[in-house]
Amino acid sequence: MKAAPVFRNRLLPYLLILPQLALTGVFFFWPAAMALYQSMLKADPFGLRSRFVGLANFIRLFHDPYYLGSVRLSFVFAVLISVTAMAIALLLAVAANKHVRGAKVFRTIFVWPYAVAPAVSAILWAFLFQPEIGVVGRALKGVGVTWNPYLNSLQAQFLVILIAAWKQLSYNFIFFLAGLQSIPQSLVEAAAVDGASPRHTFWRIVFPLLSPTTFFLTIMNVNYSFFETFGVIDALTQGGPGKATETLVYRAYVDGRVNLNIGLSAAQSVVLLAIVVLITAFQFKYVERRVHYA
Amino acid sequence: MKRLVSVVSVVLLVVVGLVGFSQQEPPAGRIVIEFWNAFRGALGDTLQTLVNEFNSSQDKYWVSYVYKGSYADTMNAAIAAFQAGEAPHIVQVFEVGTATMMAAEGAIYPVDQLFKDTGVPLNADDFIPAVKGYYSFPDGRMAAMPFNSSTAVLWYNKEMFRAAGLDPDNPPRTWAEVRAAAAKIKEAGVAEIPLSCAWFTWTQFEQFGAIHNIPFATRANGFEGLDAVLTLDHPLYVRHIQNLVEMSQEGLFVYGGRDSAPDALFPAGQAAMLIASSALLGRVKREAQFEWGITYLPYYDDFVPAPFNSIIGGAALWVLRRPNASLEEYKGVAEFFRFLSTPEKAGWWHIETGYVPVTYGGYEYAKAQGYYDANPGADIAILQLARTPTTENTRGLRLGYLPAIRVVIYEEIEKALQGEQTAEQALKNVVARGNELLREFEELYK
Repeated sequence: MKAAPVFRNRLLPYLLILPQLALTGVFFFWPAAMALYQSMLKADPFGLRSRFVGLANFIRLFHDPYYLGSVRLSFVFAVLISVTAMAIALLLAVAANKHVRGAKVFRTIFVWPYAVAPAVSAILWAFLFQPEIGVVGRALKGVGVTWNPYLNSLQAQFLVILIAAWKQLSYNFIFFLAGLQSIPQSLVEAAAVDGASPRHTFWRIVFPLLSPTTFFLTIMNVNYSFFETFGVIDALTQGGPGKATETLVYRAYVDGRVNLNIGLSAAQSVVLLAIVVLITAFQFKYVERRVHYA
Repeated sequence: MKRLVSVVSVVLLVVVGLVGFSQQEPPAGRIVIEFWNAFRGALGDTLQTLVNEFNSSQDKYWVSYVYKGSYADTMNAAIAAFQAGEAPHIVQVFEVGTATMMAAEGAIYPVDQLFKDTGVPLNADDFIPAVKGYYSFPDGRMAAMPFNSSTAVLWYNKEMFRAAGLDPDNPPRTWAEVRAAAAKIKEAGVAEIPLSCAWFTWTQFEQFGAIHNIPFATRANGFEGLDAVLTLDHPLYVRHIQNLVEMSQEGLFVYGGRDSAPDALFPAGQAAMLIASSALLGRVKREAQFEWGITYLPYYDDFVPAPFNSIIGGAALWVLRRPNASLEEYKGVAEFFRFLSTPEKAGWWHIETGYVPVTYGGYEYAKAQGYYDANPGADIAILQLARTPTTENTRGLRLGYLPAIRVVIYEEIEKALQGEQTAEQALKNVVARGNELLREFEELYK
């Protein structure tokens, strides 16, 4: 009996991965190639006249102080949103993992926000924080806070981060909870028998064992902050006040969809793609080394 | 739980499917005309009614009503369709897209040409000049069909005026009077917001420039060429923004966000005065639980003794060239346009929506119906639009990347209102950044 290939047909494996390859090709490589091509054109919105301009769009972008500001802002947002959303989710997951009354109810409640579309949740939060008619907005004014996110950059940024983090909380919660539940109870019990305090047990045993989940979530959260905060920003601040909440994605949208400057917008998509590829590669190269796969 | 989820999703799918396919199918033998637009909700129903009436008024053509999302979405969809050779016959485009559409020679079918080619008669002189001018070529030929047009007006809360000791039947006319009224309202504590303002860039720059007869940009606000430069550092704009910054510091003016965000403040009874679109009428009628009034936009009476006509906002209907489309199809488009511009239909649309009648005929129709007697103030918008003959500063704007320029204005004004820069600096920045955009647009068509 031969131990090796089960599939004798050389074509079959390729055939089996073909659907996935086709999807990746059609929905990723093709648009990415189009973006790369368009980023080197200057064209009117209808595409009636277009001309090849090489790297002119990129050069313009990197000479634009506002664009560089957007780059900085996107990174700051990514860090703040990811840290907030993951820290709170971990805390909630640890709590919900305990054997307490109603743990199931809490679990369901924490998962709920994930079902709400970003734009919808932004509108709901915007209502709450609306300075004149919102419940929270009025309450803030009531206690003497000059609350107006339409004119106060820091307040607008705070609100975007809050909503974006809240939205991502459920996703992180599910993964952290699953991660926690897959940690063998015997390890935790052994630590307890050895006299470790719950804090010690968490940081020395549970958290390291959770690192694959944390690593995965870090990548997902950074990508989420870069791309999916769009709905929140669009519904809430449209990038303002000033340029206080104009992230890279929002800027690409404004230039492409609103201003119909396709070349410039495509160049931004290419930059965005490059940034995300670099971040993910960096994480896999340097951060993953410290991840402990059980 | 799992079962519940699957039941719910199946129900959702079915509902979505039903909604998706509920579009009426054209009867056999009709020539189908695709009409892409950005209206749903109450406005969508009203427009659909007009389309249905047209479809049943004759048996040759069938206008297919297709909702495509926001104005920006609709324009993007039409452009994408054009590039794919599947352009709709008619697309509704917002006023800031005018320069882009007009420059797209070869993609658009100018309305003037359309009526000539198809032999359908159209009384172009019946259109209100401030409306028609916005969508006409420099030589006066109509490029697009004016449709839903509004202008900016001052909305005020009569009950708050009374409570503050102001005369509700004598609203402020000038900016000095507005400021005085706002101060009284604040003093009396009857409103949290004495004055706010929707569509800030449209109302405080585009409209403001027109009624004071000062230019927004050179080359007749861009009508005469793509080489226009912004003139928003004109002393009157600086003075006005300075005034608003001061009023904001004193709590007399509250900036309520971009575009339509502040609209809600008036019907909700938060703002005593709101400068906003006349097309807010439907919403105010439905939501406001108080007695309200409409009046003309305030002006600086030491600058102009009598204000000029205001300009329009809203959208127009553009005809796109579609490969292999027959002249007969375009004849249907022309017939549909003629139908929309008849006095009864233009007037009915005006009464139902609060948009201004785009023709004198529509205005006369509404008047004859007794609409203005029953709704005092409903004619303010049209009277303001038509109060003077248009000058080169009051015809409208024809600037490339106007949406982007509006964003620049928002950004710089927001910084000025936060106290990060002076009004003068803000407007200098607007001019510098705006001109870069204008040059970039110009370069596309060189």
